[in-house]
Amino acid sequence: MTTETRYSRADFQSGQEVKWCPGCGDYTILASVQNFLAELDVDREKHVFVSGIGCASRFPYYMNTYGMHSIHGRAPAIATGVALANPDLTVWVITGDGDGLSIGGNHLIHALRRNVDLKILLFNNQIYGLTKGQYSPTSELGKRTKTSPAGSVDHPFNPVSLALGTEATFVARTIDMDRPHTTDMLRAAYGHKGTAFIEIYQNCNVFNDKAFQILTGRQERDANRIYLEAGKPIVFGADNEMGVTVGLDGAKIVKVAEVGMDAIAVHDPAKPNPGVAFLLSRLSHGPTGPTPIGIFRQVQRQTYGDLMMGQIEEAKERNANASISDLVSQHGTWKVE
Amino acid sequence: MQEETLSPPKPPERRDRVVIRFAGDSGDGMQLAGTRFTETSAAFGNDLATFPSFPAEIRAPQGSLAGVSSFQVHIADWDILTHGDEADVLVAMNPAALKTNVRDVVPGGLILVNEDAFDERNLEKAGYETNPLLDDSLSGFHLLTAPMEKLTKIAVKDTGVKGRAVLRSKNFFALGLISWMFNRPTAPILEWVKTKFGEDHPVARANIEAFRAGFNFGNTTEEFHHTFEVAPAKLPAGEYANITGNQALAWGLVAAAKAANLQLFLGSYPITPATSILEEIARLKHFGVKTFQAEDEIAGVGVSLGAAFAGHLAVTTTSGPGVALKSETLSLALMTELPLVLVDVQRAGPSTGLPTKVEQSDLMMALHGRHGEAPLPVIAPASPSDAFAVAMEAARIALKYMTPVILLSDGYLANSAEPWQIPDFDALPEFDISYTTEPNGPDGNFLPYARNEETGARPWAIPGTPGLEHRVGGLEKEALTGNVSYDPDNHELMTLARAAKIAGIADDIPELEVEGPDDAKILVVSWGSTYGAVRAGVINATKEGTPTAHVHLRHLNPLPRNLEHILRSYDKVLVPELNTGQLASVIRSAYLVPTATLNKVQGAPFMAHEITKKIIDMTEDPS
Repeated sequence: MTTETRYSRADFQSGQEVKWCPGCGDYTILASVQNFLAELDVDREKHVFVSGIGCASRFPYYMNTYGMHSIHGRAPAIATGVALANPDLTVWVITGDGDGLSIGGNHLIHALRRNVDLKILLFNNQIYGLTKGQYSPTSELGKRTKTSPAGSVDHPFNPVSLALGTEATFVARTIDMDRPHTTDMLRAAYGHKGTAFIEIYQNCNVFNDKAFQILTGRQERDANRIYLEAGKPIVFGADNEMGVTVGLDGAKIVKVAEVGMDAIAVHDPAKPNPGVAFLLSRLSHGPTGPTPIGIFRQVQRQTYGDLMMGQIEEAKERNANASISDLVSQHGTWKVE
Repeated sequence: MQEETLSPPKPPERRDRVVIRFAGDSGDGMQLAGTRFTETSAAFGNDLATFPSFPAEIRAPQGSLAGVSSFQVHIADWDILTHGDEADVLVAMNPAALKTNVRDVVPGGLILVNEDAFDERNLEKAGYETNPLLDDSLSGFHLLTAPMEKLTKIAVKDTGVKGRAVLRSKNFFALGLISWMFNRPTAPILEWVKTKFGEDHPVARANIEAFRAGFNFGNTTEEFHHTFEVAPAKLPAGEYANITGNQALAWGLVAAAKAANLQLFLGSYPITPATSILEEIARLKHFGVKTFQAEDEIAGVGVSLGAAFAGHLAVTTTSGPGVALKSETLSLALMTELPLVLVDVQRAGPSTGLPTKVEQSDLMMALHGRHGEAPLPVIAPASPSDAFAVAMEAARIALKYMTPVILLSDGYLANSAEPWQIPDFDALPEFDISYTTEPNGPDGNFLPYARNEETGARPWAIPGTPGLEHRVGGLEKEALTGNVSYDPDNHELMTLARAAKIAGIADDIPELEVEGPDDAKILVVSWGSTYGAVRAGVINATKEGTPTAHVHLRHLNPLPRNLEHILRSYDKVLVPELNTGQLASVIRSAYLVPTATLNKVQGAPFMAHEITKKIIDMTEDPS
């Protein structure tokens, strides 16, 4: 999609030297975001990028927009303050699996449940990169790292399941290498009013290379990428020969020919109940097999900011021209002559 | 019943001041009785100061020593400084309340007791082996007893309240009796009850009947015929309101936002004793203020920092444990040089400590409790009403110098009340605050870390401003450009620039004024909520023949520029604090001036006589 806009990608490059390791998936995501914003044609000063700490969190320094590189795990809280202070801004949160799900897990789930108008991009590389290769809360069980020489005994989070559990209003997953799909997800997140959460599978080629090989390798990817598209049957494979059924016992991978097309689930991200989306998120943990990517859930719910501003406007109408003198006199005063 | 029948028959004894303490079980409504007595005394025109004290548990076991809640009020016909060292009158609703409070009653003082609560079970819970009403253990006091429960039951029998609710009105019986004894106007109390509960509500009727029964019990019982009168105080002419420290802080922050023409944003997490600031501001939405109850203390300050970045007057309120959690974000606010006010309503620590009790033990944390070289302005109010002005001052410094500011209040100021001469709000100074909207660089670029020559502050360019897009963050920033810099010389330059900015605030705060006689040899230095007790203690010491000078610090960092000169002008320096000597350490290390200390960490404020005694002891000590 190429239309003439005021901006090119260069307008969103800050001029600071990008210092991620050569070959890092973060470069691809940065390019996707910069290109998308150029194409979007919204005033550059209206974008604010807030990040925590970690490799991914260096992101704001490379964006020629407003930005804050904040504290480990705290980006959702700080971004909430920016978004509530000025609803005209588009506030992006850049976080990683360690930042967003370990030290900052609490802020992430509360931002998601409140439905603050934030676009949260969680770069999931299943490893601590900035501290050079310790297991993260999304690393697979048994992962051998410098802090888990005998294999980690931590059961990992599935970030999409977690987000759905908070009843987040927009939950999606994409892959760093799939730039058209990443752009589609960014566009949908931008258009969503409320908290939009995108898990981006991101390859750390130094400390956790090929963690997503089954989704990115030429040989494997067609058999393992399940693109979720609203209103369409959930089928995948080189010839769409595979599909997904959803029942009381969960979502299952099936051969379409064996069950018939009518048995294949039709994807509906707008379902008010997040239950089916959750079942889909359980198809693959890790990823270790066929994995859905796309929008799991997109529903409308009033945002925290709108509700808050609504209360303020209503209070102002009821109490026009309020002064501090009035406030004090309501409290009860007396005069000394 | 008509108002005139409520007048006491005998001429009352005139007193210039009286301290009354209401004490009972935490479910007995003593805070309410004390507050109502305070409000009616305020309306009558007394000067006053209050000291509520209650357990951390909402309902500790009934009748236990741990469950005692008290409210002390000092009323006077002159301008008083403290809530009173000792009580002239103690109202004790049960044996536990008597036991825990009798030690604070002046010899010969009046003790009014709810005799119905002095049964075997309650006596045992309070640890009394014999009934103190029957033995001679209270012979040094003037003991009055009343069957408050029995008479309350009779009084409320036709009001519609039933069961356990009946006895809830006994605090109003006690309040009625004390109101009669001290010639209080009854109308404000009765009006309040009607407004609070609804005129015809059974609870309103029950409280009013219990109040009248108490009042009339005094009127008709000979034993009580001695009454007192405390005339209105001769306070400076003006309009007054009774105000607690937390209320004053809330209103001061709203006033500061108005003075700065900014929106107020408060991000906070409930914590005793700071919560009522959030509660107060949350109901002021008609001023356009935004409040956010966060998921935790860290998010409370985080959302505020985000709002500061986006251009609001941002505040977070907490107590000691919360400051510990917020300290990393405070460092980020310092590094990003954004304005932020952190209110620490100190309580006794460490850890959960004594959550409802006062202490001044967070001073060192406020001054030094951050990683790296991280100096911040620290200021503290001296009294509940002073908190209004101090809140405005904290905001002024934060905005003018683009820095977080720590405001140290405490649990005593939070809940204590005093009359506040209401300022002319229209005449309050306005803050000259503006966002940067134009590039400031030599070639039309924006330099987010170019400093104002006078203040050292960097420009405040908020997101949404075209052409000034920039990034802030925790990594060290290059001077001027704000780009990430690992250059060693730049880090030193920026560290020193941040420190110089804070130190320079000393030129923007008033010099200290010494109170006290010219021939004083001893200087007392105090800060925070101890002002009243220290001031009263110093005046008494001077009256008793030891001329003593006093300075009180509002600004703890930077310290006022004439403090050193003042310290060196006296033979001896005494620093009384509700900690183990934190300001004393600061003064010693900053000026190498020997200081004596008077320290108290009992979860209770100083009494004036403790200060006086220490001063006199120091003069008798030849060293």
